[in-house]
Amino acid sequence: MNAVTPAGTPSGTPPLAPPLALLAELTHRCPLRCPYCSNPVELTRVAAELDTASWARVFQEASALGCLQVHLSGGEPTARRDIAELVRAAAAAGLYTNLITAGVLLDEAMMARLVEAGLDHVQLSVQDTEPGSAERIGGYRDALPKKLRAARLVREAGLALTLNAVVHRQNLDRLPEMIALALEIGAGRLEVAHVQYYGWALANRDALLPTRAQLEAATAEVQRAREALKGRLVIDYVVPDYYAKRPKSCMGGWGRQFLAVSPAGRVLPCHAAESLPGFDFPNVREVSLRDAWENSEAFNRFRGTGWMKGPCRDCPRAEIDWGGCRCQAFALTGDAAATDPACGLSPDHALLDMAVREAAASEGDFTYRVMGAAPQKA
Amino acid sequence: MTAPLHPGSVPRLARGMKLREDKARGQWVVLGPERMFVPDETALEVLRLLDGTRSVDGMIDDLAARYAAPREEIAADVLAMLRELAEKGVVQS
Repeated sequence: MNAVTPAGTPSGTPPLAPPLALLAELTHRCPLRCPYCSNPVELTRVAAELDTASWARVFQEASALGCLQVHLSGGEPTARRDIAELVRAAAAAGLYTNLITAGVLLDEAMMARLVEAGLDHVQLSVQDTEPGSAERIGGYRDALPKKLRAARLVREAGLALTLNAVVHRQNLDRLPEMIALALEIGAGRLEVAHVQYYGWALANRDALLPTRAQLEAATAEVQRAREALKGRLVIDYVVPDYYAKRPKSCMGGWGRQFLAVSPAGRVLPCHAAESLPGFDFPNVREVSLRDAWENSEAFNRFRGTGWMKGPCRDCPRAEIDWGGCRCQAFALTGDAAATDPACGLSPDHALLDMAVREAAASEGDFTYRVMGAAPQKA
Repeated sequence: MTAPLHPGSVPRLARGMKLREDKARGQWVVLGPERMFVPDETALEVLRLLDGTRSVDGMIDDLAARYAAPREEIAADVLAMLRELAEKGVVQS
């Protein structure tokens, strides 16, 4: 019997299906300074952030458009004083509410307010299992003990918990400890997230890219743990682009399944898309989410396959990986419409091998993210 | 965490899982941590019977009374489906 099938598989989908989920980037403020932060290098300041009522309207519009889930993210979403009100507004709109947090600001009072507001799930990030290393990577004192406290509060509140371990050269060898930590804190799901190299992470690529040997050990460890922990812990894991033969289906295709709203209200096909030049992204202060999704030039530009050049255009995988990641194509080749260099068929694929060799020869120092200062390294 | 499912188990939706109508697409979905599943008609029947008090046996009785099919057949299907759902982390007992 075919009990369940994963949603969003692209079998005969109509040209414009509604989005499945909204990524709400509530703020770029964050007490941590991770050198691989996925926020754009030009961070939005607090005065430019959308207010509570605007977000509540965005959640209503997202639900009406067909979104089922909202990921409340940032920056650090709990840095917003109105975080409980925002959760309440999202839940009232009928969305499944997921809080993506570093956890260091979470205390008992806030947890109680979030639960009462209708929060469904918490995704807690961890920088490392070794306290000194966790402190160094996040640039935040006592990060690990504070995160463990947050995990305990989430579990005591009876909420589902995912541990999000962001992995790279400087912590990947401790993957077995990360898996053990996920079990210890009662997480039902572990996301082993390889750093993706845009924005801040691209500036720190030499310090972060894992070696092939590290990657192979990690992949084998995930396979072993998945089998051993079936029914206890779900492990999500994707081989990082720099070692992949084919690109990832980034966001499930541009404007196909997801939309993101930035702290300042810009509607984006993915949270990194603001790094692309020559776009006039719609803003929720001016247009409805439906109008942005259905009619904006920005969403339509890389939708489907019509925009593709070779080798994507004639590729049988065009509707599987949708050309890979536009932000990565731009970051590495200067052309956002190029095939993602992560693809072995891309004429620029050698750039990735070069990056791996350069990283292997580097020292591993970090450039930390700061408000109002773009990274110094190219 | 989860004991293997047997006819006496009392299964329920796992922590963080919600069964919800998806009006935009005219279907029902199970929403979970950054995941969603679309149950087929039979799975939906079973998922609707998960109330945290009914045992697997009770669910089978309910379905056998409503559908003209031999109880053993329904029992095998229901157990297999619940085990699959448990393995995916949708159901726990």
